[in-house]
Amino acid sequence: MNAPAGLKTRTRPGPPLLARRSSTPRRRRLRSETGAAWTMATPALIGLIVFVAAPFVLAIWLSLHHVKLGSPRPPNFLELEQYRRILLDPQFAGQFRRALINNGVFAGVVVPVQTALALGLALILNRPLRAMPLFRTFVFMPVVFPMALVAVVWRLIYDRAPDGVLNDLLSVLTFGHLTAHDWLGDPATALPAIMLLSIWQGVGFQMVIILAGLQSIPAELYEAAQMDGAGRWQRFRVVTLPGLRNTLIFVVMVTTMLSFRLFDQVYILTQGGPGNSTTTAMYEAVSTTFDGGDVGRAAAMTVVLFVIVLALTILQRRVLREDRVIQ
Amino acid sequence: MTAHRASPAHRTASTASTASTGSAAFTAATARSGFHRRGSSRRRMVRRRAAKTADYVAMTLGGLLFAAPILYMIIGSLKPDGEVLGGLGGFVPRNLSLGNYTDVFRRFDSDATGHLTGFFATSLIVTTIVVVGGLIINSMAGYAFARMRWRGRDLTYAAVLALVVLPFEAIAVPLFYMLNDYRDTIGVQAVPFVANAFSIYLFTTFFRGLPKEIEEAARIDGAGPWRCYLRVVVPMSKPAFATVAILTFLTQWSSFLWPVLMVSDPSVRPLPLAISVFQGQPPFQWGDIMAFGVLMVAPVLVVFLAFQRWFVRSVAATGIKG
Repeated sequence: MNAPAGLKTRTRPGPPLLARRSSTPRRRRLRSETGAAWTMATPALIGLIVFVAAPFVLAIWLSLHHVKLGSPRPPNFLELEQYRRILLDPQFAGQFRRALINNGVFAGVVVPVQTALALGLALILNRPLRAMPLFRTFVFMPVVFPMALVAVVWRLIYDRAPDGVLNDLLSVLTFGHLTAHDWLGDPATALPAIMLLSIWQGVGFQMVIILAGLQSIPAELYEAAQMDGAGRWQRFRVVTLPGLRNTLIFVVMVTTMLSFRLFDQVYILTQGGPGNSTTTAMYEAVSTTFDGGDVGRAAAMTVVLFVIVLALTILQRRVLREDRVIQ
Repeated sequence: MTAHRASPAHRTASTASTASTGSAAFTAATARSGFHRRGSSRRRMVRRRAAKTADYVAMTLGGLLFAAPILYMIIGSLKPDGEVLGGLGGFVPRNLSLGNYTDVFRRFDSDATGHLTGFFATSLIVTTIVVVGGLIINSMAGYAFARMRWRGRDLTYAAVLALVVLPFEAIAVPLFYMLNDYRDTIGVQAVPFVANAFSIYLFTTFFRGLPKEIEEAARIDGAGPWRCYLRVVVPMSKPAFATVAILTFLTQWSSFLWPVLMVSDPSVRPLPLAISVFQGQPPFQWGDIMAFGVLMVAPVLVVFLAFQRWFVRSVAATGIKG
């Protein structure tokens, strides 16, 4: 920064000029850069303010008001009434609380299962076998599939008829002992069914992140552990897991957050049913917006969703920072 | 499969020799047996081959498991509607024809149903605007944050980072309320997503990691910030642009929640919403629906297979720095 400015002044002829201007070029440079920098940053900043920051402020404002779409009445201030209704009111709260519980259950199952599966796949894929790139392609391919399409294909797999793919597969595997089951129509199996297809679609993404983490662990650590007589399991425990610590925390947190944003699969496959067994916070927010146009209440729901995601993010940062202190 | 799972020893194996050194199980086994119990080399060969076979069997089974739904979709798209849902028979390629594909085009050929080409055009235009526009303005902002000195920079950057945390779901409803007058347009599907805090973050961190010397040389030669950005930084930053492009593309091409809220007119319906509407309308012609699915994902798959390494790298990039 200083070097070019200094060079420039030195080429100028005449000592008095140099003395008088010794500090100005840098300041002028800063001023002129400020102009250019704002010009470069402004388009993106305007976009972020108008389409991200403003809606967020609006979400909080809406959640404190009674606002109905297409209603001629002006919004009236409700204080925290919307939050009370969706979280505590015996008449309305049941459904939204059920949605949050479903999000929690989804996270509680999908996060550990998907992470373990991704870790296992990454460990297999991190080996020098010739067919590995092909295998990796297969595992990663679902990631490029839009969730809407994944849901449609799996709707056929879960079909309740005896010639649904899953029903037929189970029937063949058990020699006809298992009879056809309505996977998406039974409250007990609808959410697990959605979990399964979500894992199928999402595991490749995680696997790639973990694979990158694995490859950043120095090979010398494994060599050293092997010299010390560590077995396979010990090397995994002492070298691999600690080396992947941050990656795994990241993956777990991101998957948890995604679990709370669950929407597409539910909208296409079950519309929250049967009997609210698959509804989610986001699905409730959208259906509240459409049925009755209750934007205020829907906004309150998304604010609750945001608070949960924010809490998880802060938790993640805490855990990661502590790790840095220890190192 | 489980026997090999916890075995990272292959790294040592792979560094020790470039030839295919076999499985980690083998390496671990030799390590355990030590010098006095090395066993005959023939036994080792057998063991090694068995482990390798087990690896391949596990990989084939796993690969098939992952590929099955995709395979099912492709085969189903080529079958008569009544035979798609034939249990495991759905995987048997029989009575194949391209009839479903022509059916899909015929089924979506009026303004009431929307045109298939229209769905593609909408998705393509929206995604292009978001990806190209996003590359331009987010990289410009990233350069301003990474390399230039200006008043308010650090505070502004902190605010941008704070927005990364905000999921789109949390602002979807108010955004819908805000933009309700612009329903059913291409613009409303694209414009709100061009500026992206996460893309700015990725660009900023990448630009910060570039060597400063070349830029400084350009500055001495009298290049201003715009020239430095366009002539020096952009050409050096292909990986960052590829990463952001791929991530934006994947999110945008699959975007579903926002079209659900904003689009009811079939003439500006993007592909994911279109297949969702299609699969919900009786009569269910599964062959046609699967053909629609194949058409919808085929361009993405082609791009993915051609640039797979870049896709993988992009996804990996989201994790390491998180």
